[in-house]
Amino acid sequence: MDKFGYAQSQKFDTYASRLMPREEYFTSGHRSCQGCGEALAVRWVCKAIGKDAIIAHATGCMEIVSSGWPQTAWMHPWLHVAFENTSAVASGIESALKVLHRKGKLKGPMPKVVAMGGDGGTTDIGLQSLSGALERGHNFTYFCWDNEAYMNTGIQRSSSTPYGAMTTTSPPGKLSIGQHTQKKNMTAIAVAHGIPYVATASPSYLFDLYYKVRKAIETPGPAYVHVLSVCPTGWRSATDLSVRLGRLAVETGVFPLFEVVNGKYRLTVEVPKMRPVQDYLKPQGRFRHLREKERDFIQKHTLAQYELLLEKCGAPYPEFPVMTEPEEEKE
Amino acid sequence: MAHRVGMEVSIAISHAVQMCRAEAIAAYPITPQTHIVEHLSSMVANGELDAEFVNVESEHSAISTCIGMSATGARTYTATSSQGLALMNEILYIVSALRLPIVMTVANRALSGPLSIWNDHSDIMGARDIGWIQIFVENGQESFDHSVMAFKIAENHKVLLPTIINLDGFILSHVVEAMEFPDQELVDKFLPSYHPRFYLDPDKPVTMGAFAMPEVYTEVKMGHQMALTGAYDYILKVWKEWGDLTGRHYQPVEKYKTEGAKTLLLTMGCLSEVAEVAVDEMREEGLEVGLLKLRMWRPFPFADLRNAVAGAKLLIVCDRALSLGGAAPPVLAEVRSAFYAMRGRPQTASFVVGLGGRDVAPGAFKDIVAQAQEEAQHKPTAEYHIFGVRG
Repeated sequence: MDKFGYAQSQKFDTYASRLMPREEYFTSGHRSCQGCGEALAVRWVCKAIGKDAIIAHATGCMEIVSSGWPQTAWMHPWLHVAFENTSAVASGIESALKVLHRKGKLKGPMPKVVAMGGDGGTTDIGLQSLSGALERGHNFTYFCWDNEAYMNTGIQRSSSTPYGAMTTTSPPGKLSIGQHTQKKNMTAIAVAHGIPYVATASPSYLFDLYYKVRKAIETPGPAYVHVLSVCPTGWRSATDLSVRLGRLAVETGVFPLFEVVNGKYRLTVEVPKMRPVQDYLKPQGRFRHLREKERDFIQKHTLAQYELLLEKCGAPYPEFPVMTEPEEEKE
Repeated sequence: MAHRVGMEVSIAISHAVQMCRAEAIAAYPITPQTHIVEHLSSMVANGELDAEFVNVESEHSAISTCIGMSATGARTYTATSSQGLALMNEILYIVSALRLPIVMTVANRALSGPLSIWNDHSDIMGARDIGWIQIFVENGQESFDHSVMAFKIAENHKVLLPTIINLDGFILSHVVEAMEFPDQELVDKFLPSYHPRFYLDPDKPVTMGAFAMPEVYTEVKMGHQMALTGAYDYILKVWKEWGDLTGRHYQPVEKYKTEGAKTLLLTMGCLSEVAEVAVDEMREEGLEVGLLKLRMWRPFPFADLRNAVAGAKLLIVCDRALSLGGAAPPVLAEVRSAFYAMRGRPQTASFVVGLGGRDVAPGAFKDIVAQAQEEAQHKPTAEYHIFGVRG
């Protein structure tokens, strides 16, 4: 086993571009913004899920761009009810499948049950129903499309918005640096429910994402996958940088890719030499207002969090970027 | 053969749900609905009912889980009360718009605040416009019968609307009554297993819950309205079918001793049985008083009500809820507007009774009739009276 546990994850290598299914389940013609990282994630997650699945989707960007009657981008049976209850809806689907299967009313393979929601629908308003469904142990997989704010309603802050980010409800000003709280650690909350599978994923690492989706939906019981979804509209970044920004989020340690199997953490994408966080912040207009002081704080906080994760994963430290001391401390 | 039982009404309802072979139940405990779902969960635990019972973490999730169940094609049931119904409120509109035939019992209870676990109709009156079929029952037998009929009505492919059976919390839900239970064979024949019109199936994928632009939203709402008002005929058909099988016939507006009555009381729920006692006494005293019992609340039975009041001079509407700061208590507001264009309509009087579990004895109705008749001679002193309130 090499130093990042990569040997454990050899299964990544079994996925190659030519082996990817050609079927599309999230089809073109939807109305997402140019450069939407989330639409890319949804498309590949749906590919990985395969045909035999039922999807419950929360209100949010992906719902709005994809399901304006009489059109739909979804080739799966798909149900949208409201913003905060997707996990409860999925619980109902899973329970009904069980009883109908038991009674012989349902023929053929048991469909996989999938719930999807944005970061607001997951970490804020939908947290209760998600927690309930994870605790009850329904056999379903939850995907959180995390674009780090309420983008659908016009870029308002959520509990998943990172420290320092400018949103329309966390604007920087004389008395504010923008978002002044740290991003909610949603994967840790999911892990705390004692569920068998939790992972982070990114459409910038397609094979890693594909592997995790397969693993999540094949795992009996609840699974939670948190997908970072770059949002050029809300992040004020160039539309051709979305995949790049997703990579930078991993390479700077801002959004590490890992999985937690039965409570055991494992880093799935190694970063032998970490980039400075500034590489990730700079292309994004939402961090434009930050001074060096705040940028240094973000750098330190990111590395501290990353170290905690490495400890959980039992992984050795990579080469960290050289830290610069904040100006005040130098004086 | 049908057999007579003595049983708590809540438990009778759970037996009705069992005999209907409900397949999926999601519920959250709230007084006074709890006995229904407690008993159902023990039936599932004992293998007496082959269903999935999901103990959700809130009423909001209860109704949301029911949506998932029903959309997947399972016969779905839930029950709630008061704050629980209020917490569901957002989703109730979506259930009916998705045309999912969920059946729900509401053990009517006052809304907070102040907190009150006792009976009135403020919970359901806050959910008048959710687009569900809504029925009120007045005793244990009706609770059982309408629970069975609700599934048949809701699941009909021309109806496909969720249905609420309202029964008064505690004063009906928790009393032990004598009832007649039909045989399982009769229920099975009356209510065949559920075959959904549309459901979530990977082999025939559908998108449910698409959003509507202004170009179509109005048409969708119109379709919903047509479905709900159009359900009236089928509801009566099912009630007649059940009546022919069991001998128990039901009408949207039930009449009690209305022959020649110049004054009519109008009640809903189990207050009606108390009012019957009062009407009996007043009739013995020679007063020309009768009683109308409003059973069908949605769709609102306009024609039945107009016909039922023909010949009456005074209609006294007894509400168990307030519309604070509004034009009238909810039932009166609807009844009066139903009469507005009617020739020879009766005068209306309005009394709000029995809020938050306040007891309403037969004597109350006699006082109400006396006061209303007195006021009918003069100009009314108020839009409505809260009966028995201490000054």
